[in-house]
Amino acid sequence: MQPTDVGNPDYYHKVVDCQWGCPAHTNVPEYIRLIANGRYTDSFWLNRSSNVFPGILGRTCDRPCEPACRRTRVDGKPVAICRLKRVAADLRDPTDNRLPEIPVVKNGKRIALVGCGPASLTVCNDLMPLGYECTIFEALPRSGGLMRTNIPAFRLPWEVLDEEIDMILDMGVEVHYNTRIESMEELLEEGYDAIFVGTGAPKGKELNIPGRQEAADNIHIGIEWLEAVHFGHVDAIGERVLVIGVGNTAMDCCRTSKRLGGTDIKVMARKSRPYFKASPWELEDAEEELVEIVENYSPKRFVLEDGRLVGMEFELVSWHKDEESGRLKATVHDTEFLPCDDVILAIGQDNAFPWIERDIGIEFNHWDMPEVDRTTFMTTREGIFVGGDAAWGPENIIWAVEHGHQAAISIHNYCQGLSLTDDRPPQDHNLISAKMGMHEWAYSNDYNPSPRQKMKHVELVRRFEELSIEVEMGFDPEQTAHEVERCLNCDIQTHFEAKLCIECDACIDICPVHCLTITVNGDEEDLRTRLMAPAENLTQDLMVSEGLPQTGRVMVKDEDLCVHCGLCAERCPTAAWDMRKFELMIPYAGQEAACPTHV
Amino acid sequence: MTYIAKPAVRHPGLGANDLGLHMRDYEGTISTLCAGCGHDSVTAAIIQAFYELSIPPHRIAKMSGIGCSAKTPAYFVNEAHGFNGVHGRMPALATGANAANKDLYYIGISGDGDSLSIGLGQFCHAIRRNVNMLYVLENNGVYGLTKGQFSASADVGSRSKRGVPNKSEPIDPVALALTLGATFVARGFSGDKQQLLPLLKAGLMHKGFAFLDVISPCVTFNDHVGSTKSYLYTRHHGHELVPVDFVPIRSEISASYEKGSRTSITMHDGSMVRFRKVPEDYDPTDRLSAYEHYRSLQNRGEVVTGLLYLDPGGEDMHDDNATTATPLAEMAYEDLCPGSEQMDALMEEFR
Ligand SMILES: Cc1cc2nc3c(=O)[nH]c(=O)nc-3n(C[C@H](O)[C@H](O)[C@H](O)COP(=O)(O)OP(=O)(O)OC[C@H]3O[C@@H](n4cnc5c(N)ncnc54)[C@H](O)[C@@H]3O)c2cc1C
Ligand SMILES: Cc1ncc(C[n+]2csc(CCOP(=O)(O)OP(=O)(O)O)c2C)c(N)n1
Ligand code: SF4
Ligand code: SF4
Ligand code: SF4
Ligand SMILES: [Mg+2]
Repeated sequence: MQPTDVGNPDYYHKVVDCQWGCPAHTNVPEYIRLIANGRYTDSFWLNRSSNVFPGILGRTCDRPCEPACRRTRVDGKPVAICRLKRVAADLRDPTDNRLPEIPVVKNGKRIALVGCGPASLTVCNDLMPLGYECTIFEALPRSGGLMRTNIPAFRLPWEVLDEEIDMILDMGVEVHYNTRIESMEELLEEGYDAIFVGTGAPKGKELNIPGRQEAADNIHIGIEWLEAVHFGHVDAIGERVLVIGVGNTAMDCCRTSKRLGGTDIKVMARKSRPYFKASPWELEDAEEELVEIVENYSPKRFVLEDGRLVGMEFELVSWHKDEESGRLKATVHDTEFLPCDDVILAIGQDNAFPWIERDIGIEFNHWDMPEVDRTTFMTTREGIFVGGDAAWGPENIIWAVEHGHQAAISIHNYCQGLSLTDDRPPQDHNLISAKMGMHEWAYSNDYNPSPRQKMKHVELVRRFEELSIEVEMGFDPEQTAHEVERCLNCDIQTHFEAKLCIECDACIDICPVHCLTITVNGDEEDLRTRLMAPAENLTQDLMVSEGLPQTGRVMVKDEDLCVHCGLCAERCPTAAWDMRKFELMIPYAGQEAACPTHV
Repeated sequence: MTYIAKPAVRHPGLGANDLGLHMRDYEGTISTLCAGCGHDSVTAAIIQAFYELSIPPHRIAKMSGIGCSAKTPAYFVNEAHGFNGVHGRMPALATGANAANKDLYYIGISGDGDSLSIGLGQFCHAIRRNVNMLYVLENNGVYGLTKGQFSASADVGSRSKRGVPNKSEPIDPVALALTLGATFVARGFSGDKQQLLPLLKAGLMHKGFAFLDVISPCVTFNDHVGSTKSYLYTRHHGHELVPVDFVPIRSEISASYEKGSRTSITMHDGSMVRFRKVPEDYDPTDRLSAYEHYRSLQNRGEVVTGLLYLDPGGEDMHDDNATTATPLAEMAYEDLCPGSEQMDALMEEFR
């Protein structure tokens, strides 16, 4: 193999599995260390610099970082990254305000944003400090998009939403509530310098089976129903509820039903558990609330009596893989009638752009979605940008945030006459030795065997008393103290200097997980079979050094299971290994890549 | 030296041996030697050898005297028996322990100071007695523990860290072992585990006295330019004369290796040492031939390594002395001691 280029920011970044997995590249290990040191406020602001909504995300994030977390590979359970984020947000000093100054004299550029969800808010967050005038048009009377209208308050309290959204709106963003944009053409006529579309995926999917029209009064579309509950238009539901679909929306619908009078609630899944779309923790939470999850029931028809919904008929199915197409195919075994009072459809969301004219230069593809560039977020009409769920279909908050950051860079470049691609500021990185003394490091390098801490929940009886009682109680100090130590500090990199190595094998021998090997070089496939321990995880890189001075062999490190204990560096007599703190420098609109100034 | 203990995590992809033990089960406490010491590498190789041979930890006895090298038994196989005696006396301790319980695997760890200065006599007599043990001499040319004075294995002209050359002739433990009749004589290098591992395994399985000299650089006092026991010097002057593989008894021994007595030698228990390459007119089972070859290469300034001589005869001190089949340690006290009446009767005979 060629010697690894650790000068490329991607190499070490990838070692920090959580940060690499986070769409906004939040510096997780650093914020966890800050929490460990009791520096909650610093931790909060470090979080905010990349993910903008630490308190919101600390409760609701889809956490792509957690399945990626190295700790999963080491002891089976990831660090509770998301819940620790909440600790920082809950315990920060609210009087310590580190928001950027907003220039009084504006730069003369006016930006219109359609929709007040996390994507638009992030664009404002990045552009307001640069002197832009941002105007949001929101169809509903409240801010936050689906974060507010669809995520129930028992998962995400209003105060948390208000606090973090107001940080942005108070920068001087002009918001027109109750203002649905009905025509892009008309909006264009108002002469904004750029337009950002952050309208989400606002249409719940339909289930067109017999009886749908006739029983319409008792059949609800999940996202619309949750919105109606949020605005108080709906405050009750029948005792027996069938929720169709088993994604995250279904989980919020069934749990909300529990709080509005539902007693017998079933979530009906067409497939079996391994294919469920809901996150495992949401399923767990629903089941804890005694919601029944029924597998392999495919809806057949709505059953009415005297013009009223009385139940649904399902086909009982089993699934097998079709040899030709490779897709799952159902075999029907039987049918079954399940009585119910109400049905909630939670089978997905669609985008809809009835308000964008098709003849104004914005190309739509064959899914009737606007063509959006994956890097610049611009449509085929210059100056019109799309991000969040509106861009490529429903995702989650953290993706909406990242889209917002990238769109803001593009909008800034566009308004300043810079290229959206060539003038995009690149990422960079910093690498600083973590050595403090003979056996002292700037991080706690000892491996802590604590198991993942379990989130405590409000007792069942209390939690149904009111719709807005937050279920998760947050980590207590002791839990926090354990959980922070589970983090393996993957950003403290094992940095190797081949020319210093005397091939004494000390590092090879001390490494507890047998990551390191000195051997003759070969191609990757071959090398992976000749290491101290099998290197079978192909998603994890091999670091290969230059030829070593004494024998010309190479040092190979399999990044897969390194616990960043630093023992290799402690053992090395020549400091060929050093533990160096890697800091990813992320560029934002109008800013070169820099390290967040939390310290 | 390291302050945190080696974390109790293990690579999930590494399996277990025949006893169901993991390699990490054969570790000891964390080493307190200087970072980069060759002795630590030897320790790592010993751990791997015991693990791969699936030797139950409680059947191992670790013996040592004084020195950095002699400290290392603390760093492998925590669950084993062990005795750390006075300087240079390990051979006597090992002989005594072995006399009492011949059923354990004895590994003695010594240094060039421990074996060739204060303990030279002990070393020689353990060889003569053919004590069934693996004797590892971690050879760094200095007294590491007492801060780097030349030892008796230092070569003439080798320079100390301050630049002073050694003038005394060295005692060469390999040559000594060959002449004193050791039944297994080998040399390895701590920086070459590929070679060291089969030597350790073969030495552990050998019945009789197995001597293994390991060039094991002292990073702190003897790894500089001018030293003849440094990593670099050993790499530049190393000459692997007879590379071997150890084939444990359980593996299937392929026919191609079985034929040709020069390329493979069956050990007393049926396991096998396979010589990958033996120079012409050299027979590693012939002491004289081994000695001649060794000396001629040494005279050319080469650090000769490999399994230099092997007598697979399979006799040891117990055979020579026709001891009981049951180890003394396992005999009842009444059987071991004839009692005072018998003793008195015996004494009467000599009056
Ligand atoms: C029930 C449910 C639960 C969810 N739970 C989570 C979760 O726990 N964690 C997570 O990360 N994500 C979750 N999501 C997804 C997440 O809420 C969205 O991915 C995210 O809010 C998308 O942000 P956005 O800015 O793209 O759009 P949205 O949040 O959808 O905001 C769009 C806004 O635009 C407004 N709008 C639309 N059209 C117009 C128009 N023509 N004129 C003016 N305004 C308009 C809408 O009223 C809305 O306020 C959940 C989604 C649902 C449905
Ligand atoms: C009876 C006695 N004499 C002298 C010493 C001092 N002493 C301790 S270790 C040592 C030499 C160790 O050298 P070596 O055996 O080569 O071990 P190394 O430290 O080099 O591995 C000496 C002379 C002692 N401990 N006991
Ligand atoms: S162990 Fe810590 S730094 Fe490593 S991936 Fe998990 S959270 Fe991130
Ligand atoms: S930091 Fe070094 S010793 Fe520790 S696990 Fe990683 S490679 Fe091994
Ligand atoms: S400990 Fe240092 S000098 Fe020794 S092999 Fe490892 S990197 Fe090289
Ligand atoms: Mg010595």
